[in-house]
Amino acid sequence: MTIEEVQNEIIDEFSMFEDWEERYQYMIDLGKTLPLIDEKYKTDDHIIKGCQSKVWVHAEMDKDKVKFTADSDAIITKGIIAILIRVFSNQSPQDIIEANADFIDKIGLKEHLSPTRANGLVSMIKQLKMYAIAYQTQLN
Amino acid sequence: MKIKEQHIGFNVEAIRKDFPILKRKINGKPLIYFDNAATSQTPQQVIDVIVDYYSNYNANIHRGVHSLSQEATDAYELARHKIQKHFNAAYSHEIIFTAGTTHGINLVANGFASLIKENDEVIVSALEHHSNIVPWQMLCERTGAKLHVIPMNQEGDLELSKYEALLNSKTKLVFVNHVSNALGTINPIKSIIEKAHDVGAAVLVDGAQSCPHIKPDVKDLDVDFYVCSAHKICGPTGVGMLYGKEKWLKTLPPYQGGGEMISEVTFEKTTYADLPHKFEAGTPNVCGGIAFGAALDYMNAIGFDAIASYENELLNYATDKLLEIEGLKIYGTSKQKTSVISFNVGNIHPYDIGTLLDKMGIAVRTGHHCAQPIMDYYQIPGTIRASFMFYNTKDEIDVFISSLKKAIVMLS
Repeated sequence: MTIEEVQNEIIDEFSMFEDWEERYQYMIDLGKTLPLIDEKYKTDDHIIKGCQSKVWVHAEMDKDKVKFTADSDAIITKGIIAILIRVFSNQSPQDIIEANADFIDKIGLKEHLSPTRANGLVSMIKQLKMYAIAYQTQLN
Repeated sequence: MKIKEQHIGFNVEAIRKDFPILKRKINGKPLIYFDNAATSQTPQQVIDVIVDYYSNYNANIHRGVHSLSQEATDAYELARHKIQKHFNAAYSHEIIFTAGTTHGINLVANGFASLIKENDEVIVSALEHHSNIVPWQMLCERTGAKLHVIPMNQEGDLELSKYEALLNSKTKLVFVNHVSNALGTINPIKSIIEKAHDVGAAVLVDGAQSCPHIKPDVKDLDVDFYVCSAHKICGPTGVGMLYGKEKWLKTLPPYQGGGEMISEVTFEKTTYADLPHKFEAGTPNVCGGIAFGAALDYMNAIGFDAIASYENELLNYATDKLLEIEGLKIYGTSKQKTSVISFNVGNIHPYDIGTLLDKMGIAVRTGHHCAQPIMDYYQIPGTIRASFMFYNTKDEIDVFISSLKKAIVMLS
């Protein structure tokens, strides 16, 4: 699936929720199912700075696709990462670089998009894109 | 313009009507504001004073010969007198207007850089906010002085016997907060000051967290420096005060150079202005200073005894209700506390609870509260901190408790 297709699928899923409680319960449950990062990558150089909870991200190339794994010590943050990984993992570096994150607004999580928020989705997306840029540079 | 009248006596329902922000809804729910230790809300009586200043007599002060400047200067200096009276300082020139607590601490730390020598010793407490740790670390780096720490215990009280053991003839300065921002502990500053004076050391007390709840008497405390911020006491942000004993303020060199703080300037030599202007370079926050005075008027009209007794009731009520929740642990259980409760629930991350409470209209603080050494002591990443002011109610605490229980169920 393309990034856009995955995003539309997530928008469809979230459209079934009637209120914030259902949305957040779903994210909390997603957080619990997140494939965890290998313990050896839970180091300071894998931490995304500027988050109130700790967030670790690891990226590697699998053929021509970037694979992300991540973890956090806060469960809602983990849910958000799970959504991001579903969108951005297993995609080509170029597609990741070009993708936009408007779908976050459409699934009712706009408040997490503020660049000044302590657990900025913005800084997580930026970090995923940084990895993609690095791999794209290698491919060129 | 007509400024809203002050209250006489304590009536929480009437008091709540003074705070326009308490009518707000957050995520569709009535706002419950329990982040008062970060900043307090502003009553109409203070907002009116701010609007009146900019509507009727905004001018630069101390220099103008025109009427507006004179009116603004009079109002600003009247505010200084109100602050002097509130803190019971001997002279109004012992009150220096600052940009806030952090500014006041840095002003004193910078001043002492020329008075402290290598191998002198300074003492801070384990309960300090980063703003009362970092400036002294910087001072020690510059001067080669040694920094010692008064340790704390599990309850969140300072270990005073260990403090006494740290004091000696090389101790030049002691820095301690009156109330811990992360735990709410009220420190026994009178005895801390007395013991420091016995070895000839000066004491700076950070009053950022005490001033909303306690009326400090600097003469009775015999404290050398006392600092606070207006925004924690129903005033605006960006203004605060430093109280310093006259002898210290005369000894310390100026912190910043500029207009207002000089007596005469030639390219050969500048002589500095008298106190308090020596420490007030540049155009100050005139409106902020005046509103600071209005905020103290507001709090004093209600009365600090009534405020403290009501807030203590809220603290006990909330503490009892919270402790009924399974797995909930309160950090900071000193017998002497202001209305601050820091807690965690099981292994749930504070951020998760804070996020869900916000969805239910409740503002609390989560994180390390700029007091990482305390979090390290308890070996936790942070806490959830609920802090109450005299305009909060038991009904709000009930909603907070049921919302918290709901968040816990969602996260389990």
